[in-house]
Amino acid sequence: MITLNHYLALGGLLFCIGLFGALAKRNAVAVLMGIELMLNAVNINLVAFNHFLEPARVTGQVFAIFVIVVAAAEVAVGLALVLNIYRRRLDSNVDDLDWLRW
Amino acid sequence: MPDMSALFFWLLAAIIIASALAVVLLKNIVHSALYLVLTFVGVAGLYILLNAEFLAAVQLLVYAGAVAILIVFAVMLTRRGDIRASNLFNVNYLAAAVVSLALFIVITLATGRMAWTATPGQAPAGNVGAIADAFLGHFAIPFEIAAVLLLVAMVGAILLARGGKQDQ
Repeated sequence: MITLNHYLALGGLLFCIGLFGALAKRNAVAVLMGIELMLNAVNINLVAFNHFLEPARVTGQVFAIFVIVVAAAEVAVGLALVLNIYRRRLDSNVDDLDWLRW
Repeated sequence: MPDMSALFFWLLAAIIIASALAVVLLKNIVHSALYLVLTFVGVAGLYILLNAEFLAAVQLLVYAGAVAILIVFAVMLTRRGDIRASNLFNVNYLAAAVVSLALFIVITLATGRMAWTATPGQAPAGNVGAIADAFLGHFAIPFEIAAVLLLVAMVGAILLARGGKQDQ
């Protein structure tokens, strides 16, 4: 019997893998991949709550769709930023993007 | 046969976790992008298991289609040096591992303590109509704002990716 806690554990594990990817990777595109994994984990949680706690309404699914919209906007703008930085610095290593540091 | 959904859950969970780990741990960023697509497809299967068929279709279209293509394009346009070592760890990966592991332990402990009170009641068979009612009724204003957000993101992405040459 699969309960809500199974889905929450899966979402938590996926979120932490994405967090590790976002924090530990050197390539800026890989950081964005980690953020996408984290957003997917959040969506799993939202849909699981919807399914197990309030199955007659679709509020969790509507929220998940809004999260998908925001994620699509975020990845488009983020990749445009990465392309622009790469064009100026010929580099997409986030360790080298330190010209705001003093 | 009641164990069928449990079997599918464990199968999909294994696929999702394994491919997410592959996304994070592989050294070739093209392989990472392909495993990211596999993760998205696994999550779409999970949505079908949770009676969210419309969301599964949206997940396949937006994530496995559009976002994956965008990421592969970005990989192609920012490629430099050896592709086999294009996705390495940065200097503080140990701290990142510690933080992620600690967060996972906290999440597991917190959700394990909770006793969720599930409301009895069966989900309706198809909920696309209910989603449409929610979007055009109760969530009409957020729906419109999301449309404006998508437009702004599109214009911003085009402006940023075109570069600043038109300034001078």
